[in-house]
Amino acid sequence: MAIATMFNRSSSERNVLERMNQWVAEKVRMLLPAVLGMLIFLMLWSLAAQSIDTSLGKFPGPSVVATQFSVLYREHVEEREKAQLFYQRQTKRNELRIAKDPNYQPKIRLYTGKKTIVDQIGTSLITVLSGFVAAAIIAIPLGLLLGLSRNLNRAINPLMQIFKPVSPLAWLPLVTMVVSAVYVSEDPMLDKAFLNSMITVTLCSLWPMVINTSIGVASVESDLMNVSKVLRLSMFTHIKKIVIPSATPLIFTGMRLSLGVAWMVLIAAEMLAQNPGLGKFVWDEFQNGSSASLARIMCAVFIIGFIGYLLDQAMLLLHRMVAWDKSSVNL
Amino acid sequence: MKVHLDISHIDMVFPTATGGFTALKEVDLKIKKGEFVSLIGHSGCGKSTVLNIVAGLHQATRGGVALNGEEVSEPGPERAVVFQNHSLLPWLTVYQNVELAVKQVFSGRKSAKQMKEWIEHNLSLVHMEHATHKRPAEISGGMKQRVGIARALAMEPEVLLMDEPFGALDALTRAHMQDSLMEIQNMLNNTVIMITHDVDEAVLLSDRIVMMTNGPAATIGEILEVDLPRPRDRLVLAEDAKYNSYRSQVLKFLYEKQRKVEPISSVSVKSVPQAEQVS
Repeated sequence: MAIATMFNRSSSERNVLERMNQWVAEKVRMLLPAVLGMLIFLMLWSLAAQSIDTSLGKFPGPSVVATQFSVLYREHVEEREKAQLFYQRQTKRNELRIAKDPNYQPKIRLYTGKKTIVDQIGTSLITVLSGFVAAAIIAIPLGLLLGLSRNLNRAINPLMQIFKPVSPLAWLPLVTMVVSAVYVSEDPMLDKAFLNSMITVTLCSLWPMVINTSIGVASVESDLMNVSKVLRLSMFTHIKKIVIPSATPLIFTGMRLSLGVAWMVLIAAEMLAQNPGLGKFVWDEFQNGSSASLARIMCAVFIIGFIGYLLDQAMLLLHRMVAWDKSSVNL
Repeated sequence: MKVHLDISHIDMVFPTATGGFTALKEVDLKIKKGEFVSLIGHSGCGKSTVLNIVAGLHQATRGGVALNGEEVSEPGPERAVVFQNHSLLPWLTVYQNVELAVKQVFSGRKSAKQMKEWIEHNLSLVHMEHATHKRPAEISGGMKQRVGIARALAMEPEVLLMDEPFGALDALTRAHMQDSLMEIQNMLNNTVIMITHDVDEAVLLSDRIVMMTNGPAATIGEILEVDLPRPRDRLVLAEDAKYNSYRSQVLKFLYEKQRKVEPISSVSVKSVPQAEQVS
């Protein structure tokens, strides 16, 4: 009996082990091509980098860029420490002053050190999301209207086709001038550079959402339209119960495309508008022209790419949360 | 005979690039309250067009439809439609699909509690009370069609319009659905117009079978009164001489008088993709 249980246990353990092995083997088989591709890319990059001489020295290879990543991170940590020390000194000073004179009103000053890469990433994210949300607030209702009314679509479609391919670099000077003319305030709540970048992002990321939403709305199955007619649904119920659910996949496709466009446009807009985000980082490094500049720009390239990927995944996740058919959204 | 639904001298002409295409010509039919009428004919003969005109989804080019003496000009829940491919909203559960119809028809007339009972009652009529919180994608084709019927019945329609309701189902499920429909019809005594391709289905379910000629300019060829006692049982009727004579009358109409020569080879040629796709 005891032997039998032992035998059983060891066989079930062996089973678990076997399955774990299989699982690992499966994962390795799936990851192997990706790892190989990455390695080959790094090799080609490092070979190519060695043979490119620029006025700022050799083009940075993978190891130089990796070093710059750690430098950027160290700079960030050091800057944060400086800020902390600054605030510590300030509090101490204020306490001393209050100890001497209880009526003293302490002054709190903000630390005005230079922006680190983390601050710049933060600025870029805030700018791109504000621009994107503003675009979505305009584009989705507009797409809905265009999808519902064929005549409105005919009226607006030519305009859309013309504005859609316009580069952000063409919009930006116009936006800049309009913002400085219109947004006049003693104590501006929003920085003009931020507004310029944000509005440019909005203008460029409107179109995929408008177009996809209108297609989604216009292509509701005719059977469902008939159901709506037979039930004599009101316009509101019709839109809420039939149009929006059936257009949701395309609305999200449009939102994903738009967010991708928004992120791409943002970097260019920040460069020109001098909004203190990743675009300005790239521009400043370029103007700076130190021996490390190219490596630092390469770091920015990877950060921009990775954040773009994360934004896309976040959009998919959002779609998955909203979708009635979870299986239709593959992460 | 008091006319309940009057389909009066309907012509239907569809505009095409090469001028008008006359789909229906002089379709004229009067239907009593509680009568079960089926429309049978070859595909393309305009059966669905007749149904859509009664539903108000199409407007007849000439003539018109009157329900209780009032002309029908737009769709409405008093002429509920059971669509061929169920047409349930895929993002709503079975219950919510019926609820949408019930809320639309009875809001203000029934309390929330009454509506809930009415929805559940209709789902139990079609034996779907076990799956109220499933989505259409999670139930079988026969079940979806049942829910479609429940949704239509829940509107308490004056006329129930069914466009090949069981056409997409397998033979066993179809027989089961026909029995369910007869049972419901026995209880509620609805006025029904049903389109079908199936001769047995037509004879088994109908009080009258309206046989349509082939298009273009299709019209009513013959009308067959089915004088069989209800409730009807398919097994008993299979041996019944009267049933079989009705059946053969319909078959004769379809396959002798209105024989449709389908150019089978040309159909398959049309569906072959371009040469480069084949290679």
